[in-house]
Amino acid sequence: MIKTNKKTPKNIILSLENVSISYGTFEAVRNVFCNFKKGNITSLIGPSGCGKSTVLRSLNRMNDLIPNCSLKGTVLFDGTNIYDKRVDPVEVRRRIGMVFQQPNPFPKSIYENIAFGARINGFTGDMDELVENSLRKAALWDECKDKLNDSGYSLSGGQQQRLCIARTIAIEPEIILMDEPCSALDPISTLKIEETMHELKKNYTIIIVTHNMQQALRVSDMTAFFNAIEYEDGDGGKVGYLAEFNSTKKIFDSPKEKTTQEYISGKFG
Amino acid sequence: MSSLYYQKRLSRNIGDKFFTSLSVICALIAILPLIFLVTYILIKGGSQINLDLFSLEPNPPGDDLDAGGINPALIGTLIITTIASIIAIPVGVGGGIYLAEYSKGGAFSRFIRFGVNVLAGVPSIIAGVFIYALIVSTKILFGSMYSGLAGGMALSILMLPTVIKTTDEGLKLVPNELRYASLGVGASMYTTILKVTLPSAFRSIATGVVLGIARAAGETAPLIFTALFSYYYITGFGDLFYEMGSLAVLIYNFALEPYDAQNKLAWAASFILVLSILSVNIFSRILAAFTEKTKRV
Repeated sequence: MIKTNKKTPKNIILSLENVSISYGTFEAVRNVFCNFKKGNITSLIGPSGCGKSTVLRSLNRMNDLIPNCSLKGTVLFDGTNIYDKRVDPVEVRRRIGMVFQQPNPFPKSIYENIAFGARINGFTGDMDELVENSLRKAALWDECKDKLNDSGYSLSGGQQQRLCIARTIAIEPEIILMDEPCSALDPISTLKIEETMHELKKNYTIIIVTHNMQQALRVSDMTAFFNAIEYEDGDGGKVGYLAEFNSTKKIFDSPKEKTTQEYISGKFG
Repeated sequence: MSSLYYQKRLSRNIGDKFFTSLSVICALIAILPLIFLVTYILIKGGSQINLDLFSLEPNPPGDDLDAGGINPALIGTLIITTIASIIAIPVGVGGGIYLAEYSKGGAFSRFIRFGVNVLAGVPSIIAGVFIYALIVSTKILFGSMYSGLAGGMALSILMLPTVIKTTDEGLKLVPNELRYASLGVGASMYTTILKVTLPSAFRSIATGVVLGIARAAGETAPLIFTALFSYYYITGFGDLFYEMGSLAVLIYNFALEPYDAQNKLAWAASFILVLSILSVNIFSRILAAFTEKTKRV
């Protein structure tokens, strides 16, 4: 695929066009079409094995790091297919940041955790200010302003995850991807992260994978429901697909698909 | 109904006791050689230690009164080991980085891993003969034959597998999440390895390097074919291209001499060699503990 400047509506920042992702011969997710709106929080929900994390990781080419993972189709970001051969995945990841399931701070000080990304991205401004701003945005400043030189590991799990968010914000991405950021956290930390996300929404587009439907309902504007079914031409395994994509309100109040209704109401998962 | 109380005479309990004691005895026997060897050398060699030992040249056999010192051999061992490290550490760490970070488990990396394992099993004398054929007999190094440089090369062959393996394994222990974190903030593969993964694995790599050095420093066979031996002080850079003494070869040579003075010198050299290898090993432990502490800051 060569650079495609297809017409996408202005407020669409990222769009998936007929994306299928496979691990070796195993197809994880098939034929996904999906548009992510700028400044929105979009949540991806669905049962285990439906490929929602796979789709999320494909959005900033994190899948490159998994051997045998291949993608067909187009992921348009800013009018460019990020899977074009000429695209540098490092540059993609600078503009589309990611927060992972397990908090994974660097084995460095809190300050360095944030400064690291900024520095390698060629940041030349006031580092102290950047660290403070990033920590403030991630609602962590008050808790750690007196121990910036302590190890990132000295923080609690929830704080570590907010440190990871701060680290991602520090490189000023346009989109922040979050892969079940609260699954390893307690409810209070989860609440804090959700508050942080509401704050971040003003400046960033957020796409979040979550297993927690209440969380999707609380934080997101749009919700994509992924499901997995057996295809007749497949090798018997289940293949994920995008079952329904709509505003969160519609998905939860009046879903069009029967499976969505069943998943939302907890009939399977 | 059988009693719940422990019954000594039950066959399974007797068997259990028997095997427990057997394994304890085996464990004791296993460390006996080390204890005896170290004590024996400490006693035999320790009594020979004096200041002259470190400053004098060894005297040629025949002068039964005074065998001199081990200064050239001591310095030679340091130089040869340093040369080996200069070659083996960059190549080994680099190779380990390739295996752990870049290779995708294909045929090439499997071949390298297999090759490294084979190399680790190659008898040290073969490494010596190989360098002899490659460098000494061809006089390829500026016309010099036996030289400290050739000795260092032979030892580097022995160090390589240890360094590659520990680097590979050390890097594999670094959790993938850490790599993702770094790549996720837009770091390139190279920055990630240099700034995140390598520092995290520093402890195990350093330990492997030090163990590799300790192993190389005590090797004799490869040096007999490459560095040979010298009785004379090392005075300048040019001496690298000539025969060079080393503790291991000094022990080999002088232990075979019929003269008592030379034998005593060999004991003294054994003492120094064992002590330095022991302290290098202990140093690697301290290094490990030290980096473990600072890493968390």
